[in-house]
Amino acid sequence: MTALPQATQTKLGLVIDLDTCVGCQACVTACKGWNDAGIGLSDQNPYGADPSGTFLNRVHSYQVAIPDAPAQVVTFPRSCLHCDNAPCVTVCPTGASYKRAEDGIVLVNEDACIGCGLCAWACPYGAREMDEAQGVMKKCTLCVDRIYNETLAEEDREPACVRTCPTNARHFGDLADPDSAVSRLVAERGGYDLMPDMGTKPTNKYLPPRKKGPGTASPLAPLLDVKATGIAGWLDRMLGKI
Amino acid sequence: MHPAPSVILFSTLSGLGFGFLAFLGWGALTPSGWAAFLLWALGYGLAVAGLLASTFHLGNPKNALKAFTQWRTSWLSREAWTSVATLLLLAPVALSDIFGLGLPRLLGQIGGLLALGTVLTTAMIYAQIKAVPRWHHWLTPVMFLAFALAGGALLSGRAWAPVLLLAVGAVLLAVWRVGDGAFARAGQTMGTATGLDRLGVPSVLDPAHTAGNYLKREMIFVVGRKHAVKLRRIALVLASAAPAVVLLLPLGGWGIALAAALHLAGALSARWLFFAEAEHVVGLYYGARG
Repeated sequence: MTALPQATQTKLGLVIDLDTCVGCQACVTACKGWNDAGIGLSDQNPYGADPSGTFLNRVHSYQVAIPDAPAQVVTFPRSCLHCDNAPCVTVCPTGASYKRAEDGIVLVNEDACIGCGLCAWACPYGAREMDEAQGVMKKCTLCVDRIYNETLAEEDREPACVRTCPTNARHFGDLADPDSAVSRLVAERGGYDLMPDMGTKPTNKYLPPRKKGPGTASPLAPLLDVKATGIAGWLDRMLGKI
Repeated sequence: MHPAPSVILFSTLSGLGFGFLAFLGWGALTPSGWAAFLLWALGYGLAVAGLLASTFHLGNPKNALKAFTQWRTSWLSREAWTSVATLLLLAPVALSDIFGLGLPRLLGQIGGLLALGTVLTTAMIYAQIKAVPRWHHWLTPVMFLAFALAGGALLSGRAWAPVLLLAVGAVLLAVWRVGDGAFARAGQTMGTATGLDRLGVPSVLDPAHTAGNYLKREMIFVVGRKHAVKLRRIALVLASAAPAVVLLLPLGGWGIALAAALHLAGALSARWLFFAEAEHVVGLYYGARG
């Protein structure tokens, strides 16, 4: 049913720390690896001249010009935010796109999808990509097949991108519980929503990069002002006069 | 947004078809026999051809019947219902016209309203999308309805069709004028898209991927926008002014055919622009306002 649940008691989601993310793309690879294992996330012409493929997570990199400070590089992972007010759900004509009442995860039932692409249009964040081979819409499932999977070791019951992140920039948890580790991180670090004016009420939060302060002078700077003495000093003075 | 030919053909032809069906249902023309058959066949043909064209846009059309299930929330599902209901409701009216059965006109009048309802649901599919600011405006359904009414009036040879055609031109001018500032008014930038506006002014350092992907092909379409101004003039002349003038000349049925052909070409150009000029906010992540 493409009506959104009134409210969800649990809001599973990600908190992404833009301060510690180094843009290594490990989350992209782990996501593709895990989600490619079952029905698959197809690639088109992957080894050819014009490769293309379906990914549920992409890592952008931006340069941020900061007044009175050196520019900062920020790597920025982008995936489904599992919005409370998900526009991708209500536009779906078949009921394939839905939000789970029990944990707030937004999913696509591929057996009911007609591949019209309207949900991808409705999403402001580009979180959905059509699988060109299967003709159905793909999106982040928050690894719903890992997080409740009792055949996996307990430490593996989190999304593949979170499990693999080498800098611990990705955190998974219940954002409806104010005492959860992720909610505390959001409160302490000023976690924020992407494009809040779009009215989507995302579950996922981003932690801003810490301010680096003004640029400090290089420790080698004093060496730049070296005064030549002796013959070199004489040459310096003579050449300066010519 | 990518101007897919299937979607442009679908919305233009079905809009014209349902507009014409509305006028036939309302009894603007009261043909009989073969003439009635040909006119109703034209209306049904345009509407059904448009609907068929739309299925070419689907990645997985075998599930198409499921599109009738979500009418409570989805405009696309509502469109499926209104279009089928219109075609079914008007069928006895068409048969009555063809075979002179003398069925009461009330059914045709309801069917005619439903035909316009179909055009409205089509328009709302686009107008509801907040992520495409140019579409997210009440002028979008006004434009779709103006095209349907003018096209229907033209095909059914109404004397005041030229007035409606000129109204289409006025609506197009309004749509472009309002639409050109829509993205800026929506207030989204790369800064709000990434939230990095709280730090400074972001710009793209490196693309997320060096090859293309679905998002860039589907929603970050930029090709051909440089001809937008020329195309707007072409659309305005062909869809509005030229057919209005042709209808005023004493050409009879040929005049209507010529005006319809001109109007359809103009409508297709306008619809191409409707997609090609629409910018999706996801483009902000890629450094493109597009």
